[in-house]
Amino acid sequence: MAAGTGRRWGLRVGHFGVVGLFTLFTAFPFYWMLVTTFKRTSDLLKRGNNPFVYNEAPTLENLRVLFQETLYVRWLVNTTLVGVAVVVITLILAIPAGYALARLTGRWGEQLGIGIFLTYLVPPTLLFIPMSRVIGDLGLQDSLWSLVLVYPSFTIPFCTWLLMGFFKAIPRDLEEAAMIDGLSRFGAFVKVVIPISVAGILTVVIFSFTLVMQEFVYALTFISSVRQMTVSVGVPTFLVHGDVYFWGSLMAGSFIASVPIAILYNFFVDRFIAGFTVGAIK
Amino acid sequence: MATLERDLRAPAAGRRFGFVLDRPEWLGPLMIAPAVLYIVAIVGLPFLLALYYSVSDISMGRRTLGFVGLKNFISVVPTSKFQTSLQNTFVFAIVSQVLVIILANILALALLKEFRGKWVVRLLLLLPWVAPISLGTIGWLWILDSIYSVINWTLEAFGLITADGWPMYLGKPYLAMGSVITVHVWRLLPLATVIILAGLTSIPKDIHDAAQVDGASFWRHHFQITVPLIRPILLVALLFGLVFAFTDMVVIFVLTRGGPYDTTQVLASLAFFTGIQGGDLAEGAAIAIFLFPLLLAVAFVFLRIARRSEVT
Repeated sequence: MAAGTGRRWGLRVGHFGVVGLFTLFTAFPFYWMLVTTFKRTSDLLKRGNNPFVYNEAPTLENLRVLFQETLYVRWLVNTTLVGVAVVVITLILAIPAGYALARLTGRWGEQLGIGIFLTYLVPPTLLFIPMSRVIGDLGLQDSLWSLVLVYPSFTIPFCTWLLMGFFKAIPRDLEEAAMIDGLSRFGAFVKVVIPISVAGILTVVIFSFTLVMQEFVYALTFISSVRQMTVSVGVPTFLVHGDVYFWGSLMAGSFIASVPIAILYNFFVDRFIAGFTVGAIK
Repeated sequence: MATLERDLRAPAAGRRFGFVLDRPEWLGPLMIAPAVLYIVAIVGLPFLLALYYSVSDISMGRRTLGFVGLKNFISVVPTSKFQTSLQNTFVFAIVSQVLVIILANILALALLKEFRGKWVVRLLLLLPWVAPISLGTIGWLWILDSIYSVINWTLEAFGLITADGWPMYLGKPYLAMGSVITVHVWRLLPLATVIILAGLTSIPKDIHDAAQVDGASFWRHHFQITVPLIRPILLVALLFGLVFAFTDMVVIFVLTRGGPYDTTQVLASLAFFTGIQGGDLAEGAAIAIFLFPLLLAVAFVFLRIARRSEVT
């Protein structure tokens, strides 16, 4: 009996230890960003100081520098503008395509669906060289429009695939009932299917937006003037310039642009996984 | 009243365009076409251009596009920079993926159990995947700093290293590779974990019960029952991880820029430095093309999985 409870406690402690260690590994950099955000530079750059505590009083100076003396706010605005435009383009193209793949096409539709999904895996690092030339020829260098044009290349494939899954899960009876009531196939799609797919469409919105926030390679390639940068490129390239690191502001900028969107994303994560795992789960 | 009117009008509108809006064989292609055209224009054409650039003499300032055959490959492939990058790409991708799969399995098993505060833990575990990778990596840049590294401070506080023996994580060849791999594992671990967790939770409970009744030990249970059942999903996690690891340059760009002495240079970052920063688009394209065979292999395996899951 005593050995049994001892064993159970051992397992519990072991389980707690494993989960704790992993959580420490994944979350520590973000915790560290938060701690550094409020530290004085003189505190940060004294080697003998214990880095885990505030050796000098905490300060908001780093945040002030970030928001007033850098283009951080401008980068946030740029990122949001690109994000909204990309989400709109993605929805317009991916919703009909996802529905058609789910309902209107047979065998070839399924093949095409997989083909579209696979283009999601074509990496920016394979395409960015010709793209940079095409963008230049179109006169879109240094313009946010270059990103608006190119980002749907990875949002459309994945979102079409996700939406196809959502639409497949809707009972056919609903549309058939609407069609018996006199709506056309397309009318049933617009008036019946889209309204009940709000959850799926919202997932796609969040997903596209986070992909836009995360993108780095294209933005680094196409944009060189500081005013046109997005957050993911502006912070690492401009706030780290030469040998001068504004660690406090750098950490603040990284934290603010990553954690809030991460919390939002967390609510939708199971749906993405359903998309990622395709037919591998029955 | 209003709804009735609308209901009466609807069929008329439907009939006017009826031949298109009602027939799946017309409507289907019509609804897919815009998405497909966009992808062909934005992914397909640049891809063909990438192939052509690699056998041309294009460069940043020049308008001409002459065909030069394999000249770019002949001048790039034998260089030690390229050879090192190719080797680093494989080391980087394979080591990080082996670690990711092992760690993700352990973590997914631990998360299978219900416990209090699980949603907070899950949020914290997912952070590296969800946060923009270039920004997360900056956190690491500070953690691994040569003078102010918190890791070194802690190690010294525990007496494991001395004040003048602080390792330079990003400045020494092997350490730099280790650091870059660690950060990449950090970044891809959450995705692999949730994918594997989805696989684990999809196994019907009675299979586990049967194994327990038969008295299978934990290890037998895990490796002879659980792992075979989630093999397709393990493969999916591995495929995504491999694609992301083979083609990524963000972690390396932010942490080391390929240094010291190209010891962390990979094909993707070399293509960037040669093609975009160096302005030699043709050689850059020739380097990037080496990523393609890998993608083909991945696509092939992926299609086979997709097909099998349809049949069964």
